[in-house]
Amino acid sequence: MNSAENNLDCNAKIDASCRVPLLALFGGAALWLVVGLMLAVLASLTFHAPEMFARCPFATYGHLAPAANDLLVYGFAIPAGLGVVLWIFARLSHAELVLPLVPVVAANLWHLGVFIGLATILGGGGSGFTWLEFPRVAAMLLGVSFVLIAISAVATFAQRQERELYPSHWFLLAALLWFPWIYSTANLFLVTTWPVRGVTQAVINWWFADNLVFVWLALVGVGVAFYFLPKIAGRPLHSRFYALFAFWTLILFGTWAGIPQGAPVPAWLPTTSALASLLLVIPLIAIAVIVFKTVWGANTVCKGGPFCYLRFGMTAFILSGLLLIVQACPQFSRVLEFTWFGAAQTQLQILGFFAIVVFGAIYEILPRLVDGGLPFPKFVRAQHWCFMLGTLLLVGSLAFAGVKQGQAGLDPAAALPGLRIATLGWTFFLLGSLLFAANIFVMTIRWKLSLVKIVIAYIKSPLETSEVKS
Amino acid sequence: MKNGFAVFFAVIVALGGSWLGFVVAPAIQLGKAKQAVILNSTDTWPQQRTGEATLGLQIYRANGCAACHTEQIRQDGVAAEVTLTSLGKSKPEDLKAFVRSLFILPELATLTNDLAATLKDWKGDLPATILTTSDKAVADAFADRLKAAGAKSETRVVAIGADLPRWGVRRSVAADYLYDFPVQLGSLRVGPDLADVGARLSDANWQLLHLYAPKLSVTNSAMPSFKFLFDVRKIGSTPSPDALNLPPGFAPAAGYQVVPKLEAKELVAYLLSLRADAPLYEAPFSPITSAKP
Repeated sequence: MNSAENNLDCNAKIDASCRVPLLALFGGAALWLVVGLMLAVLASLTFHAPEMFARCPFATYGHLAPAANDLLVYGFAIPAGLGVVLWIFARLSHAELVLPLVPVVAANLWHLGVFIGLATILGGGGSGFTWLEFPRVAAMLLGVSFVLIAISAVATFAQRQERELYPSHWFLLAALLWFPWIYSTANLFLVTTWPVRGVTQAVINWWFADNLVFVWLALVGVGVAFYFLPKIAGRPLHSRFYALFAFWTLILFGTWAGIPQGAPVPAWLPTTSALASLLLVIPLIAIAVIVFKTVWGANTVCKGGPFCYLRFGMTAFILSGLLLIVQACPQFSRVLEFTWFGAAQTQLQILGFFAIVVFGAIYEILPRLVDGGLPFPKFVRAQHWCFMLGTLLLVGSLAFAGVKQGQAGLDPAAALPGLRIATLGWTFFLLGSLLFAANIFVMTIRWKLSLVKIVIAYIKSPLETSEVKS
Repeated sequence: MKNGFAVFFAVIVALGGSWLGFVVAPAIQLGKAKQAVILNSTDTWPQQRTGEATLGLQIYRANGCAACHTEQIRQDGVAAEVTLTSLGKSKPEDLKAFVRSLFILPELATLTNDLAATLKDWKGDLPATILTTSDKAVADAFADRLKAAGAKSETRVVAIGADLPRWGVRRSVAADYLYDFPVQLGSLRVGPDLADVGARLSDANWQLLHLYAPKLSVTNSAMPSFKFLFDVRKIGSTPSPDALNLPPGFAPAAGYQVVPKLEAKELVAYLLSLRADAPLYEAPFSPITSAKP
């Protein structure tokens, strides 16, 4: 009884230490998610009326689409993921966040970097490399902020009282190490005055894209799910050994995927990549077994809450991995390469899997961060429905468009019906993200008002009593 | 997993493997690539772009054209083709009957459906490709049998793939991108492939019109119009020599002309510089060999 009370007290202190950094990370992430999805909807409108933006250079598809994608990954996915990582590390270590001011500064630098990047892309200054469109200044800001947040996370990790590492630790620590590595490599080789020569640029770009969108998001998403699923289901993770196996196979095979089969490069590159992609089925099966055995038969009521998010997100991850494998099979890639099928897989990975898993985690964390809980608790369920419908409509229609386009010999017109349904999918995502933004912004404002009230109360409090006492 | 440092080290090795494999190794293998020599010639490939086209590459980048266009022509593999060049003394009907009598041969078992369909459509015109197979030996044996029946044929090895010859005469190879920065291969074909667009659509005027109003040439085009690369100006004493010749419905108001800005001209210069039309050792033109006279 006493120790349980102690524990609660301790958890409340940990949550309080995470409050400001997490609100800074999540708030910016919510803003960029809304802006990114708005740009995605606008970009998608091009397929309804191509002439729409003929007079404004910054609003053509070639500007909007990369800007939207970058905002989804750099604006939303990474800061939101990092916020959740900080909280998990503090909770797993039973320690308050170390250097809590560092992630606050870093979060603001990060969002500044994303803003500079967005402005540059829309102004026509994008670097021309997929997922690396941000200019050098923005890339440097992002890199520095990431390292700062990672330092705070690792310092908190070092405060842990048990030496034992949890499965989530492996995934999240690897993610903290891997992003600075791939991001600095890609930027130093590509977004520079002395780039590598010729088609090597494309190889490094593919390597980076796969390691960012598939591996990094998978490491964080799966790591987060492996922390929250057992917690919410009230059962231990099944099992530690499977999780270890999934982790090693994921980083061994996943990091080698991503070179397209028809690429004009020495043949060993696509061949190695295809083999690695096929082997990815091993971690996928392991993760599916872990999730299934942990969740199946749990007496947790879902009701559109975090548990629903996590289950849906993990299902989407397995599906996204399978789509990646399909694209790597030469037989299928002949039909599917250069079609919308690739975009379907990317969006399933970013929005269907990562965003939904992270939202599940955020909705588990947010009510504990600020007294009074969520301002609009009913929005959680509504957002779950928006995101689920969005995933089905967007990914389904893009994959359908891709297959149609491939079968029609890459005839662009064959994809148009699918692309028009995709606009609806984007709109559902936008609605869902607005619900999240409403929750987080109202919550932040309430918290700031409560701070102001405390200050006012302090100022107004009569001074006489203390004087009398002294 | 109690030893954090051992795990950390192992993770570095596992992740670093892909870094060595897909960053360092290609940089070593391709980083010092030199120009290739064009087949049956002493000329080198590719040529350095002109200044205007190099600037155009940056316009292509700035407008994110690679979001919708690829610059790579793929080849799925090779096939052997048997092409009839002469019937000798026999009539088309006789030859058809003869080929049909060959259907019982075990090596043709998987090809009979295609062969029957080809024969059904063939009206006796020459030269006619009647057999396509992935096995050169089968094609040679088939050609020998035709020879025995008095007909003459050629067996050729051809490159096959959905992109050939639709988007170019040969596949794209690493050498084609030697002078590109950034290399924008693209990953999605909302529009056509552009690796060989300079050879396929070599008219600069057509390219300008297409940028101004894509629906002029392709009625259901999903390409946005790039009108911001053009000026609409009042016609002065003499019309500008660069002014676009637009049909009614697309033309500006009377007394005005549409003149391409510098960016439009540079972009078109870049598009016209995109060519994959020199035969190289690793990517010769199709047919690759011809044999069996």
